[in-house]
Amino acid sequence: MPPPLLAVERLQTHFPTSRGVLRAVDGVSFTLERGEVLGLVGESGCGKSVTSLSIMRLVPPPGRIAAGRVLFEGEDLFAKDDEAMRRVRGARIAMVFQEPMTSLNPVFSIGDQIAGAVLAHAGGGRRAAWEHGVAMLDQVQMPSPRQRARDFPHQLSGGLRQRAMIALALASGPAVLIADEPTTALDVTIQAQILDLLRRLQAERGMAVLLITHDLGVVAELCHRVAVIYAGRIVEIAPVRSLFARPLHPYTRGLLQCLPHPSRFGQPLTTIEGVPPDLRQVTAGCRFAPRCVHVIASCRTTEPALEEREPGHFVACPVLR
Amino acid sequence: MLAYVVRRLGQSVLVLLGVSVIVFGLLHLTGDPTRLLLPLEAREEDVRQLRALLGLDDPLWLQYVRFLGHALRGDFGLSFKHQLPALTLIFQTLPATLELTAAGLTVALVVAVPAGVLAALRRNSALDALCSVGVLLGQAMPVYWLGLLLILVFAVQLGWFPAAGRDGLASLVLPAVALGAFSMARIARMTRSGMLEVLAQDYVRTAHAAGLRAFVVTYKYALKNAAIPLVTVVGLEFGILLGGAVITETIFAWPGVGRLAVDAIFSRDYPLVQAIVAVLATVFVLINLAMDLLYTYLDPRIVFVRSRG
Ligand SMILES: Nc1ncnc2c1ncn2[C@@H]1O[C@H](COP(=O)(O)OP(=O)(O)OP(=O)(O)O)[C@@H](O)[C@H]1O
Ligand code: SF4
Ligand SMILES: [Mg+2]
Repeated sequence: MPPPLLAVERLQTHFPTSRGVLRAVDGVSFTLERGEVLGLVGESGCGKSVTSLSIMRLVPPPGRIAAGRVLFEGEDLFAKDDEAMRRVRGARIAMVFQEPMTSLNPVFSIGDQIAGAVLAHAGGGRRAAWEHGVAMLDQVQMPSPRQRARDFPHQLSGGLRQRAMIALALASGPAVLIADEPTTALDVTIQAQILDLLRRLQAERGMAVLLITHDLGVVAELCHRVAVIYAGRIVEIAPVRSLFARPLHPYTRGLLQCLPHPSRFGQPLTTIEGVPPDLRQVTAGCRFAPRCVHVIASCRTTEPALEEREPGHFVACPVLR
Repeated sequence: MLAYVVRRLGQSVLVLLGVSVIVFGLLHLTGDPTRLLLPLEAREEDVRQLRALLGLDDPLWLQYVRFLGHALRGDFGLSFKHQLPALTLIFQTLPATLELTAAGLTVALVVAVPAGVLAALRRNSALDALCSVGVLLGQAMPVYWLGLLLILVFAVQLGWFPAAGRDGLASLVLPAVALGAFSMARIARMTRSGMLEVLAQDYVRTAHAAGLRAFVVTYKYALKNAAIPLVTVVGLEFGILLGGAVITETIFAWPGVGRLAVDAIFSRDYPLVQAIVAVLATVFVLINLAMDLLYTYLDPRIVFVRSRG
C-alpha cells in the first residue's frame, strides 16, 4: 500500500498561559488519502483550527508544536527549513479560512492578491499571474471575473469573498486543501452554493480535502470519512456511512442527537450536558467522562486508545460495544 | 473619487479662509496698529492721517475684504524693516526651510520605519529594547539641546560637518538630524505598534498560508496596512517640523523662513509676520491635502465609506 498523502502522527500543540500549559492538540493522529475528503468535527475550542494551523506550521506564537510529525508525501514537514516549508504552503497544501472578510487583505485588489500567491510559486511575469488569477476567479464562478479582479474585498459580498478566497487557495494547484469552517460565516443559501463549489472543484481536481466543520449535515454530504475530535483528541474516526449508521462513541452519539431529524419531529433538540474540560488541566482517563452517561470507574483512570471495531472504524471508548 | 477630491479642495479653501481671518486679526490683536507703526512721540494729527491712509477707519469687514483681495494677489505689503515686498523676502528664504524640513522628515522616515518594523518583528528582543530607548531619548531631548550637542560633537570636536550656515549637503546633515529626531521617535513608535496590530491580522496568516515570502508579507502586505495611519501622522509631523524649523534654523544659522520669522517678530515687522503665517499655513494645508489624497490611494475603503456618509 502506498503511504498516505498526508499523515498526522501524535501531534501535540501547546500554548503557554499564565495558568499553565494549554494543550490545544494532544496527540492527534489521522491520515488523508489522495482525492479523499476527510471531515474533522467537534465543538468549538476542541482544537480543530490549531490542528490545521499546525499542519501548515502557522501556529501563532507563543503557541508551539510540542511533539509529533506531519508526513506529506512521505516527507516530515516539521523537519523542513523555512524556505522549503514556504514552498509547500499554497503550492502543495493550501488553506481556506472561516472569515472571508478579515482573511483577505483590505488594501489590495483580489486580483492582486491572487497574482501575488501565483508569483510566490511560479515564474513568469505579473501579467501572466494576473491572467491566471482571472482564470481562477472564473473557475470559482465569480461573475465577470475580469472586472471583479480589480475589486477590493469590501466591494464583494460575503459569498463572493469566499469564492475569491478559494480561488486564492487553489491558484497554485495544491494537492491538499484545508478548509477551516469555510461556510460558517455565510448565509444558509450561500453556504450551499459554496459547498457545491467545493465539491465540484474537489472532484475536478482530484484534490484531497480536510474539511473542518461543526455541521454534521455538511459532513454527510461532502465527506468520505470523518474524524470526531474532543478536547484535543480524536475519539472516533470512520467512513461516513459507518459513522452515521453506527456511531460508537458516546460523544459522537450526542453530536448526532443534536441534529434535527424527521423521526424526532416535534420533540425538542437535545444537547450534550456540560461543557468541554479546561485544556490546561491534565486529567487521567477519558476526557469525556464528566459528561458521559455511560461512564464507569475505569473510565476515570485509564486513557482509552483508538481501536478498530469495524473495517476502518476506530473509536476510543472501551465501554460502549 | 473625483467628488472626494473636490470636497477636500473645498475644505482646504475654507481652512485657508479661516487662516486669513487669523492673519488679518493679528494686526488688530495688539490694539491700534498705528500706535505700533509710529514713534511714541507722534502727534495725534499724524496718527489720524495714517489711520486714514491705511483704511483703518473703514468698517472691519471692508478692511478684511481689502486685505483678502491683496493677499490673494500675493500682496502683503512692504516689510517695515527691509522695505521690500514681504512675499519676496519669503520666497527668498522658503526653499531653504522646505529643504531642511524635507530633509528632517526624510531622515526621520528612513530611520524610523525600518526600525519600527524590525522592533515589531522581533518583539521583546534586544533590538526592540534598543529601539524603545532610542524613542525615549528622541522624544525627551529638546531640539535646541540636541542641536547644540550635535554641533559640539560632530562639528567642533570631530569636524565632520559645518556648525552653521547653508553650504551644500554636508551643512544639511546636522540640522536635519536635530530637527528630525523628535518625529523619528514618534514615527518609530507608531510604526511598531501599527505593525504589531497588522501582523496579528487574519490576512497576514492568509498570505503566509499561500506561501508568500516572509519579506513580501511584511514589507508589502502588512506595511501597506500599517502605513495608513502613519500617513496622517507624517502630514502632521510635517507641520510640526515646519514649526520646529524656527528653533533649528536659529541654532544652525540656517537662512530660512524660521529665522526670518523670529527676526520679524522681534522687530515688530507686522506685514512680514502676516505674510509668513499665511504662507506657512498654506504650505501646511497643501501638504495635508496631499496626504489625504495619498491616504485614499493607500486605503481603497476610505472614499467608499465617506461617500456613503
Ligand atoms: N492563539 C492562542 N492562544 C492561546 N490559546 C489558543 C490560541 N488559539 C487557540 N487557543 C486555544 O486552543 C484551543 C483550541 O482552539 P481552536 O481554535 O483549535 O478550536 P476550534 O476547534 O477551531 O474551535 P472553533 O470551532 O471555535 O473554531 C482552544 O481552547 C483555544 O482557547
Ligand atoms: S471511555 Fe467511559 S467516559 Fe469515555 S466515552 Fe467511553 S464510556 Fe464515556
Ligand atoms: Mg476554529
